Amino acid sequence: MTTHTIRRVSAARRLKDRLVQTLVYLAFAVAVIPLISVLWLVIKNGLARFDLDFLTHSMRGIGARDVGGGAYHAILGTLEQVLLASLISVPIGLLTAIYLVEYGRGGRLSRAISFFVDVMTGIPSVVAGLFVLAFWVLALGMPFSGFAGALALSILMMPTVVRSTEEMLLLVPNDLREASYALGVPKWRTIVKVVLPTAFTGIVTGVMLAIARVAGETAPLMLTVFFTDSINSDPFSGPQMGLPLYVFDQARRPTDIAIDRAWTGALTLILIVMLLNLVARLIAWWRSPARGR
Amino acid sequence: MSQQIQVSGLDAYYGRHKAIEDISMTIEPNTITAFIGPSGCGKSTFLRTLNRMHEVIPGARVEGKVLLDGEDLYGPGVEPVSVRRMIGMVFQRPNPFPTMSIYENVAAGLRLNGRRSKSEVDGIVETSLKGANLWNEVKDRLGKPGAGLSGGQQQRLCIARAIAVRPEVLLMDEPCSALDPISTLAIEDLMAELKSKFTIIIVTHNMQQAARVSDRTAFFNLAGQGQPGRVIEMDDTSRIFTNPSQKATEDYITGRFG
Repeated sequence: MTTHTIRRVSAARRLKDRLVQTLVYLAFAVAVIPLISVLWLVIKNGLARFDLDFLTHSMRGIGARDVGGGAYHAILGTLEQVLLASLISVPIGLLTAIYLVEYGRGGRLSRAISFFVDVMTGIPSVVAGLFVLAFWVLALGMPFSGFAGALALSILMMPTVVRSTEEMLLLVPNDLREASYALGVPKWRTIVKVVLPTAFTGIVTGVMLAIARVAGETAPLMLTVFFTDSINSDPFSGPQMGLPLYVFDQARRPTDIAIDRAWTGALTLILIVMLLNLVARLIAWWRSPARGR
Repeated sequence: MSQQIQVSGLDAYYGRHKAIEDISMTIEPNTITAFIGPSGCGKSTFLRTLNRMHEVIPGARVEGKVLLDGEDLYGPGVEPVSVRRMIGMVFQRPNPFPTMSIYENVAAGLRLNGRRSKSEVDGIVETSLKGANLWNEVKDRLGKPGAGLSGGQQQRLCIARAIAVRPEVLLMDEPCSALDPISTLAIEDLMAELKSKFTIIIVTHNMQQAARVSDRTAFFNLAGQGQPGRVIEMDDTSRIFTNPSQKATEDYITGRFG
């Protein structure tokens, strides 16, 4: 009489289970294969020239068929440009996110800012480069420089920093803000001493992702820092180099030696981004509240 | 010395919705007052109007007067921050700051309000933790995160944090509802001790608790769904629980509704 009986899993069910399982694993493999093959290719081809010479020398006076030469000028340029871009975009991005979450509260201004941040996220990187070229270099008559490149990169970084910081601030429980207010702590101090430290780990991760994103940008640099084969440690005057530009420049040269340099340049770029990520993880771990437990 | 609180004709709103209406009462210094009543009748809202925490919620506002020792907390030019230093608050769920150690949590109110000497802060942290009956349990691990304590310990940590800034009045919004009976007992004992230094107001859903700890009890209720909450009756606790003057109060405390 009962309608419910204990049944064995039918063959059809088991078959379906297997099928879906296979599909899921397959999708995973398809997603990972390009990633691993890119890493593998870059490491395999890049190791050939990955030596001290490469890391400490520029391309000054290296002829088309000469072996040797390095990317020191490009590494220096990338580090300076990314640092400057971060110095510009991280404070602005952080403050914007704090306004949106803590003060704007869905008002008209904050909705407008939100909209424009979304629009900025979608800006193609070459447009950011063109904007700086048109505004900074051509209209204001400033020279090509590492700083102009940093300006273009900061345009690309800012929306990412705002969005990720906003998400992290929204995750901070309101209970903590109220607990702080109830102690007679003013709002700004609550934000500085309670809200930001609580969201710190997530904010650092978001900033690192933004840095990793812009560190590999080529198009905006081409239009703003120009090219050079020499070391220029001053980002405020004269053409500078960047690693993505270096890779682009070497890869289009017709000799194998140049191609090898391009691979090594790519490897160096990946290593720099990974190193930055590692540093961020360390900072996050060191500041994390769970550490003392 | 603690001070008297006088509330007169107080209304509180969330946007257009009137949550409580025409509340007037006097709360004497160094007493424990309990607010009881069904959920949604505005006990917590009223509690939050007493230290200007109500207005922290977007769209919330207050009309009426709250006098602390004769001075209107809602008077022109009164800074909410200074009100909250005088009138501390303990919340329903324990909410220690997760990034801070036990020591830093207790010192938070002092530190966040400006510089003080290390020895002075050390002393206040110790007396506050002793005052919250937590010192013996945590004295060897003051540097560990406050979030690592048990729920009952966390709540006592929050009490220590609130009394460290030396308020006149301590507001407690269902401080024991997330705690087990033993932790609840610890906090009730603590309230009896704190009474000598502070005026305590507690919101509770536990009528035995109200009967055990409080000197005076106010019964809140609302006329119907969507209507503002009001104080139906306020009297000595012994009287409210044995011989209430209102039928609604009697029905509520004997469990016939609510």
